[in-house]
Amino acid sequence: MAISDYRKREESITLASEPVGETHELLTLNIGPHHPATHGVLRLLATLEGEVVHDIKPIVGYVHTGIEKTCEGKAYWKVIPVVERMDYLGYYFNAMAFCGAVETLLGVEVPPRAQYLRVIHLELNRIMSHLVWLGTSALDLGAISMFWYCFRERERILDLFEMSSGQRMHTRYFQVGGVMEDIPRGFEGKLRAFLDEMPTRNDQYADLLEKNQIVLERLHGTCPLDQQTLLEIGVTGPLLRAAGNPWDLRKAQPYSSYEQFEFKIPVGTVGDNYDRYRVRHAEIYESVKIISQALEGLPDGPYITPDRKIALPPRHELATSMEALIHHFKLVTEGFRVPPGEVYYPIEGPRGELGCFVRSDGSAKPARVHMRDPSFVHLQALAPMVNGGYIADLIATLAMLDPILGGIDR
Amino acid sequence: MPDATGLELTAQQLRDANAESILDTDFHRGRATLIANPEHVLAVLSALQSKGYTFLASLHGCDYYPHEPRLGVLYELLDMTRVDRITVKARMPSDAARIASAVGLFRGAEFPEREVYDMFGVVFDGHPDLRRILMPEDYEGFPQRRDFPIGGEPVLFTYNEEKSYGKWQ
Repeated sequence: MAISDYRKREESITLASEPVGETHELLTLNIGPHHPATHGVLRLLATLEGEVVHDIKPIVGYVHTGIEKTCEGKAYWKVIPVVERMDYLGYYFNAMAFCGAVETLLGVEVPPRAQYLRVIHLELNRIMSHLVWLGTSALDLGAISMFWYCFRERERILDLFEMSSGQRMHTRYFQVGGVMEDIPRGFEGKLRAFLDEMPTRNDQYADLLEKNQIVLERLHGTCPLDQQTLLEIGVTGPLLRAAGNPWDLRKAQPYSSYEQFEFKIPVGTVGDNYDRYRVRHAEIYESVKIISQALEGLPDGPYITPDRKIALPPRHELATSMEALIHHFKLVTEGFRVPPGEVYYPIEGPRGELGCFVRSDGSAKPARVHMRDPSFVHLQALAPMVNGGYIADLIATLAMLDPILGGIDR
Repeated sequence: MPDATGLELTAQQLRDANAESILDTDFHRGRATLIANPEHVLAVLSALQSKGYTFLASLHGCDYYPHEPRLGVLYELLDMTRVDRITVKARMPSDAARIASAVGLFRGAEFPEREVYDMFGVVFDGHPDLRRILMPEDYEGFPQRRDFPIGGEPVLFTYNEEKSYGKWQ
């Protein structure tokens, strides 16, 4: 039988030039793209010496769907459901960044009630995103029950989303100029019941995790990165706050009336995995506080801008008003035109600064939409974090980094 | 954001250092933009960095087709102590899309520059690892350019997999 090409190549390899002794041997290990611990379709090329990570190269692009290109072919209001699908755990944030950018270009005023409703949904979304992170991270550390507990509370938030918008995920609730609909009757009561319960649940998570020897040993002091390096790489959000820098756009550059709420910014001290866990965990309490204040002080008034050139007229007007019918027709067919210009609108997403760059050329479709997704930038910090650490700590660090591959690849 | 006057002052300071570095300024909807000469963009960025804009919030590309020069690279800089943002924009023609890499100044520019190269074909001189990042390595063309068609990508089935580029040879 003829010897195959592969066998020939295999036999031609000589190890004579390799250094003698096991200690010098480096192993290149491919992790992913289909691996449950990579939080999506992330591929890591790890160079290992024994169990110690020497270098790591993230390889992305497996779920690239060309969303930014798709946006250029759609009217502004049809872009919202597309951008929502980038970071699939923070859909309200994606919509907020895009709507905020378009509103800035249009110069449209968002009514106070709409701003408060946005804050309620953004913070609910932040809790939801952190719950998914907490559940899946605990899963990576070998704790399966946390996953069920976190998803139990997440269900309740998704039910609330379904109540206000009809959808559980990718709700398209935020519109340019406000929100789609006012919250329905019964939403407030259900939300209050959730807000009363959530801090207790959060205490229970802490009890489960923070008295667990395995979790503590895997998080305490593993893979820290100092503030200066994080800032050089462009890391924001809970990862930067875990290293002791209290940078939060909700406080620094308030948008959507965040300046009217009282809340604290949790910060860590050394920036190890434990701090990263603690900061996100503490943020859930703060989000609950913000939602309670927003619900308490929810102003009366319209939930979307009364400007008929941008927002659809109410349904009942269509039967009686010719003008409303024309506006409705124009908005649904062509959409609204946006004056030419460029804008970069940053907000504080659950993972860090989520910025939306929109360029308008004066037509009804954006000429360029770009999302500065925090996960994409943060992935660069993975190598400096894990170099010199153990491969088990790499898995824990990746979990604490909380990358969302839909946002990275877009 | 610096106001319109502050932007002009900053531009003037940069012009004093090098008269050709700043081509124009733009102040629109509270967003201050310095339009920099692509040949001197690194000097502009490092001057702004020493003025306090030490954080590179975002780096992205933009295609201004049909206007010339077509391609633009935008640097969104942030001063975290004064909470101030400024944008540096460098535009270059599509047939000579080269610009110096900012990785030396801002370490985090590595992935975003790779993305701009991937999507627009802008070559960043001095980038440590300039490869495609989101599209496949053997992909041809720069999909975010405005003249790149949507839907031009053939869908792979068993009957046409032989004709596909690269993978099935």
